[in-house]
Amino acid sequence: MKCDFCEKKATVFLTQLVEGQMKKVCLCDGCAKERGVTDPTGFSLADLLLGGLPGGPGLIPQGQPTAAPGNGKQCPTCSFTLDDLKRVRRFGCSDCYGTFSDEVSQMVRGMHKGTSHIGKVPEGLMAIQFRNQRVEELRSRLDQAVASESYEEAAGIRDEIRNLDEAKH
Amino acid sequence: MMRFTTLIKHPADWMAGGQGEHGAVLTSRIRLARNLRRHPFPGWAKRDQRAAALDLMRPAVESLPAMKGAFSHELGDLTSVQKQVLVERHLISREHAARGDGSAAVIERRQTFSLMLNEEDHLRMQAIRPGLQLTAAFSALSELDTELEESLEFAFDPTLGYLTTCPTNLGTGLRASAMLHLPGLVLSDQIGQVLQAVNKIGLAVRGLYGEGTESLGNLYQISNQSTLGESEETIIRRLERVISQVASHEQNAREKLLEDDPEMVSDKIGRAYGVLRYSHIIDSKEALNHLSLLRLGGTLGFFPRETVMLCDTLLMDIQPAHLQLHSGRKLSPEERDSIRAEIVRSRLHSLDSPDNRVSSNDEKNFPNTPNSSDA
Repeated sequence: MKCDFCEKKATVFLTQLVEGQMKKVCLCDGCAKERGVTDPTGFSLADLLLGGLPGGPGLIPQGQPTAAPGNGKQCPTCSFTLDDLKRVRRFGCSDCYGTFSDEVSQMVRGMHKGTSHIGKVPEGLMAIQFRNQRVEELRSRLDQAVASESYEEAAGIRDEIRNLDEAKH
Repeated sequence: MMRFTTLIKHPADWMAGGQGEHGAVLTSRIRLARNLRRHPFPGWAKRDQRAAALDLMRPAVESLPAMKGAFSHELGDLTSVQKQVLVERHLISREHAARGDGSAAVIERRQTFSLMLNEEDHLRMQAIRPGLQLTAAFSALSELDTELEESLEFAFDPTLGYLTTCPTNLGTGLRASAMLHLPGLVLSDQIGQVLQAVNKIGLAVRGLYGEGTESLGNLYQISNQSTLGESEETIIRRLERVISQVASHEQNAREKLLEDDPEMVSDKIGRAYGVLRYSHIIDSKEALNHLSLLRLGGTLGFFPRETVMLCDTLLMDIQPAHLQLHSGRKLSPEERDSIRAEIVRSRLHSLDSPDNRVSSNDEKNFPNTPNSSDA
């Protein structure tokens, strides 16, 4: 049998339960050593599988998405498919969580103490989003004010936009 | 930029840990996982996409006030020994060390913060503190995280929280852990029960070195598993409570051992002292197990209190990559064993035999043998 990573003869065979699924990997001496397989404390098949098995993530060129059978769901942002998800039990990008929301809720159930987030929220991000939204609002009001020739109001709005922009830096 | 040798030259503050009452808790660690919006996760990204994410994150991380003058290198620029040393110091993960270009490690000068860029997640940030200080470590790291939010847009969902590559880290993206030294519970055969109980509350326990339930050096790591559905504070508070309980069980076990079977305790500690002081060839397993007993001796008054910190530093310094770094060349396993013994002997050179200490202090009922071979 050949090594999964190169053409040499495989001498190390590993079977591990990765998140409930049996996975098997065959390696030659060199690849086994290189990937730390011989070091039992650090080796985890999950990482090996994710770290670039032939056909693993990172090796599939994007823009040439793998065929997506099944229900054909595919992430519009990163081309990750349902098959990819089943294989690696991880996601391709943050938008995948929207694309595969049904699968996500199935996976998450029983995995954690709860199913919805309690705790820190990126306030900075919220603030930025809020500020951007506010600037957009002000811009459209500014356009209206200019269109209706209310120059005093327009000047006030411009100052406010300037203040918000400065706060950004 | 900080050089590798400068970073590694001194032991980190947290390494001389375990100043806590009984020294059962060596270190506390907090890890936060964060990802960039609209960028494919590192494992799925193409080479150029990964590089683009790194180019975005690296300046943001390097410009944090706390990371001023930090060690910052792409992993492709480090040798495998250097990467391995960082792993042994718990500054980067083993998985991260396997990476090359497109991934980076940014480590604060005193090694209290370390950030892995393009690990499994775009950003894995870690804070380490000596003793049981999860709350303090978290608030320091959370501050860093908040500062980063000003320049980086993290992937966040109101229901699922911080979005991570693996759904096991969703929500808070928080992994809080402590490293514990539990020789008392091991010697009194209570370790199994205690670990099982900890497991039952949904916390993960594993030996720091060694496989399965066996743990070399009686070192264990306790951490949370669930990251979604509870706040950071709730997770950390539960962990701190459980860890203090385990630490106090450990203390009771040590006291009971000393009361019930002082001869056995003195024998074990005395043998460990003898082997470490006088051996010329010692493998990592034997060294770890004896250092564990020496450390126990330090907390029980067999040796001066500083011995505990001496052991904690040695724990790191006798690891394979540290030995190679120390000798500046590649070592065969046989050479490692003799250099390891040499380092241990020299560090313990001025450590007096426990028998001398006991006889001079004339305390407790340790067997009082005349001066041992302490030439």
